[in-house]
Amino acid sequence: MNAARHSPARSIAAHAILATYTVIALFPVIVILINSFKTRKAIFGKPLELPSAETFSMIGYQTVLEQGDFFLYFQNSLIVTVVSLALVLLFGAMAAFALAEYRFKGNRLMGLYLALGIMIPIRLGTVAILQLMVASGLVNTLTALILVYTAQGLPLCIFILSEFMQTVSDDLKNAGRIDGLSEYRIFFRLVLPLVRPAMATVAVFTMIPIWNDLWFPLILAPAEETKTITLGAQVFIGQFVTNWNAVLSALSLSILPVLVLYLIFSRQLIRGITAGAVK
Amino acid sequence: MSAGRRGKKPVRWHIAVFLAPAVLVYTAVMILPLFSTLQLSLYTAVDNVQTFVGLANFETLFGDPRWSESFWNALGNNFWFFFIHMLVQNPIGVLLAALLSSPSLRLKAFYRTAIFIPTILSFVIVGFAWKLILSPIWGVAPGILDAVGLKSLYQPWLGKEAYALTTLSLVSVWQFVGIPMMLIYAALLTIPDEIIEAAECDGITGMSQFWKIKLPLILPSIGIVSILTFVGNFNAFDLIYTSQGALAGPDYSTDILGTFLYRTFFGFQLQLGDPNMGAAIASAMFLIILAGVSIYLFGIQTRLRRYQF
Repeated sequence: MNAARHSPARSIAAHAILATYTVIALFPVIVILINSFKTRKAIFGKPLELPSAETFSMIGYQTVLEQGDFFLYFQNSLIVTVVSLALVLLFGAMAAFALAEYRFKGNRLMGLYLALGIMIPIRLGTVAILQLMVASGLVNTLTALILVYTAQGLPLCIFILSEFMQTVSDDLKNAGRIDGLSEYRIFFRLVLPLVRPAMATVAVFTMIPIWNDLWFPLILAPAEETKTITLGAQVFIGQFVTNWNAVLSALSLSILPVLVLYLIFSRQLIRGITAGAVK
Repeated sequence: MSAGRRGKKPVRWHIAVFLAPAVLVYTAVMILPLFSTLQLSLYTAVDNVQTFVGLANFETLFGDPRWSESFWNALGNNFWFFFIHMLVQNPIGVLLAALLSSPSLRLKAFYRTAIFIPTILSFVIVGFAWKLILSPIWGVAPGILDAVGLKSLYQPWLGKEAYALTTLSLVSVWQFVGIPMMLIYAALLTIPDEIIEAAECDGITGMSQFWKIKLPLILPSIGIVSILTFVGNFNAFDLIYTSQGALAGPDYSTDILGTFLYRTFFGFQLQLGDPNMGAAIASAMFLIILAGVSIYLFGIQTRLRRYQF
């Protein structure tokens, strides 16, 4: 019965297609990474070869570290991403808990209202967001970005977490209530630890667009001291467009942190995405 | 669900406490600006005073040749951008997911991880990386085509009006194929083994099993992927901006609504920024996305049959 599923010809074909696509997916990244370690001559002469003893050069990285303030940009990105993420998860989980746990007037309406933002991108409100930030003096501050990203991340977070919170057993919560725990303790002590896997998934989904966003840093915080790494890399590359060593090194420097984080957490990420599936 | 059964308590302040932070931030930073943007599109600045002009901005946008040409161009390009995604990204995503979900496949985790990598990279990286690779100066792309004997096919794709938009759409497809792949992969995993085994008992295997059994079961996921693609595409900006600049060259051939909004709102080179016209473009985008989402929610999603296992 399983002959068709396991036939070698089919599995070779499957591997061929998947391997081809993997090459397509990785090729540009690898080309950028290996060429960032080469001399200018080798970049143009032999773009597809690994750096050898003769062609190895760190000149690009030197230029980047001397010219661009990448440590500051990196720090800004880190602050913005971590703080927004923490706020999204905390506020989102609290709201999701309220929606999933309590029956109150307007519960469904509130759920719909909060879900609007999943489909309508926050970018469309940019004109008024900029006015709001100008009025409150938050232009060119990281706070402006944090506020925007928190609002942006909340809808999906609430939506996913409230689905998960409905699966937390009522008996457990009621046992807590009988033991005299307040609703806040039930949430923080009993429910939050149980939905941690779902929080991890939401965290990854929230984090990637924040870290990679160019639109809001460009509009709300383009000042030198508040540039995020994405905007910093964009501006830097624009200025050094003819210095290929520097451009390739700047690209590699922006790829590496994300890549390393992703490789560490990819298992959780994929498990998270397919979480509903593997019951 | 238990709350109802617990009987009526006086005022349950904790509900408000739980909801307040999220609702406040969300309302203040997202919903109110969204509505005031819609409102701003009905005003224009006369000597720095906002004056109500009704739909005049939209008349300018759709009718005045100075604006409408750019607008319709950007809208048309945006539809082409979306069309390429639907045509290339989602079928490839479904194919990869179908292959990945076959139970006996080895190296599954490696393929999944590798194919998802482009999705986590920022547009800045993706835009510049492809710009460099496709560049005639560097010669990686012509070099590869040469190696397979197709050098004559090479063109500086990003620099030619006829190809630039399609090329960028394909770059975006390259970046995001991981999302449909993962979502559909997850959907395929939820199909119970009994159904597959029953199909095999009836002699339905291989391709026909995919078309007749699995595909109908994952249609709701394909619907979700499509609407996510739609919203993402009509909101796109970063990739075009990083690879072609705010002018979306060559000669506006890669201009989409996002870049058009940016130029209008902020101004670029000789053009002065105009918040009201910017708001009008944002409102048009809002209506387009709303229309797309409504068609999906009321026209498509309700007709998709869902199966409960």
